[in-house]
Amino acid sequence: MPTDPKKTSISHLALEFKSSTFSVPVLVLFSNSLQNIEQQLQEKIAQAPEFFKNSPILLDFQELNKRDLDLAVADLVNAVRALKLLPIGLRGGNAVQNRQALALGIPAHVLQGGAPLEIAKTKTAPAEPEEPEQSDGPSAILITQPVRSGQRVYARGDLIVLATVSSGTEIMAEGNIHVYGSLRGRALAGVRGDEKARIFCSDLQAELISIAGIYKISEDLSDGVRHKPVQIYLQDHSLIIKDI
Amino acid sequence: MARIIVVTSGKGGVGKTTTSAAIAMGLAKRGHKTVVIDFDVGLRNLDLIMGCERRVVYDLINVISGEAALNQALIKDKHCPNLFILPASQTRDKDSLTQEGIGKILDELSKDFKYIVCDSPAGIEKGAHLAMYYADDALVVTNPEVSSVRDSDRMLGILASKSRRAEQNQEPIKEYLLLTRYSPERVKLGEMLSVDDVQEILSLHLLGVIPESKSVLSASNAGVPVILDEKSDAGQAYADVVARYMGEDKPHRFIDEKKGLFGKLFGRG
Repeated sequence: MPTDPKKTSISHLALEFKSSTFSVPVLVLFSNSLQNIEQQLQEKIAQAPEFFKNSPILLDFQELNKRDLDLAVADLVNAVRALKLLPIGLRGGNAVQNRQALALGIPAHVLQGGAPLEIAKTKTAPAEPEEPEQSDGPSAILITQPVRSGQRVYARGDLIVLATVSSGTEIMAEGNIHVYGSLRGRALAGVRGDEKARIFCSDLQAELISIAGIYKISEDLSDGVRHKPVQIYLQDHSLIIKDI
Repeated sequence: MARIIVVTSGKGGVGKTTTSAAIAMGLAKRGHKTVVIDFDVGLRNLDLIMGCERRVVYDLINVISGEAALNQALIKDKHCPNLFILPASQTRDKDSLTQEGIGKILDELSKDFKYIVCDSPAGIEKGAHLAMYYADDALVVTNPEVSSVRDSDRMLGILASKSRRAEQNQEPIKEYLLLTRYSPERVKLGEMLSVDDVQEILSLHLLGVIPESKSVLSASNAGVPVILDEKSDAGQAYADVVARYMGEDKPHRFIDEKKGLFGKLFGRG
């Protein structure tokens, strides 16, 4: 029986690597005054103590670096931990901050997409390698069969679907999403933070649309764009839906 | 080699067992040796619909666990000598169903039979998974309402990814849509999805539309597959479905509202 060897191999299997996405609160910092940060954080936590207790948290230095404000990662981590939050990563940090984070055993995430380029304008050095990475990034995934309810599709680059995307599905891409059938499920473009990502579809009936984490649910879609061929993009942190 | 057909839906109460019984009888009446298997362990119904509930001695689980030979469990239909029924167990635990066990049974049945119809339980749990795992063709039974359509869509996703054909990278399962309990009058009133609505959502080849009919209930109660009631609209619709499955070109009937003389000719029940 072909299944027998499989069974025994499974019993010896101690681990398995799986890829999954989950949401984590992100602490975006605008000030490098540790005192202000601590105080305001305490106030926030007081509003929902159970929610924040031992919650994993991602530290976001993007805005700080845009404003040329420096902050020692170790100090912030100590302050955050004292408030019973557990930092699991740093993003948008510069090279020094990333090194500091790694020394504390905290992974440093490199942002893809628009944001690092903006840093490049003010700080010349670190963002240089980002640009070629973007242009010859992972190639697009093409799907010709209908995406059925309950299915999830994740593309590391662009995602092109030539068939219907049913309700109860989730299609995600780090780049753009194109749907040439009806789009009835959830479509999330730029899931790694690429604010330049767009969604194109020939018939918009989506349950949810999102670009770089900014989303709209079906109820928020006006009748003027429903059942129409549209493109969706970000402008000043809000989703714009436009006919094409 | 036999052709394995799974009748599935996701949602319960849409007419899977009625369809399994009718399709199996239709194929057998055309002279093909056919067996219909009830996979709904613990909630078996197929034997009732087929009218053989008093002749059940052994069942699917007995065969899987080696307590009975396959021939002992197969029940010969009283209407058609080409048709056999393999009932589910009403008393045993669903966990007794195993993939290897089912595989062995289907292999053995494949030697003797031309068609094997698997009546799937509702849901997407183990029973439903095993019913469709070895399938070559899938009949997705759907009622014209949104929850049934969505469940069917979910089932189609599972058929495309979790079957033997998918796992071994073979040609995918052939999927057919069967719309049951269809009432043109209620579609007209906007109370039901139309054939086109369902087709648009599921984008699937339509094998047939079975009208809502009193004859289905009376056939179930009598333990006679409705396809044998040649005067009823549902019986005729199932006969068309079998013909289309065999590759015949039959126009779709019972999609439009009945009127006047037509209505009288094809009176319900």
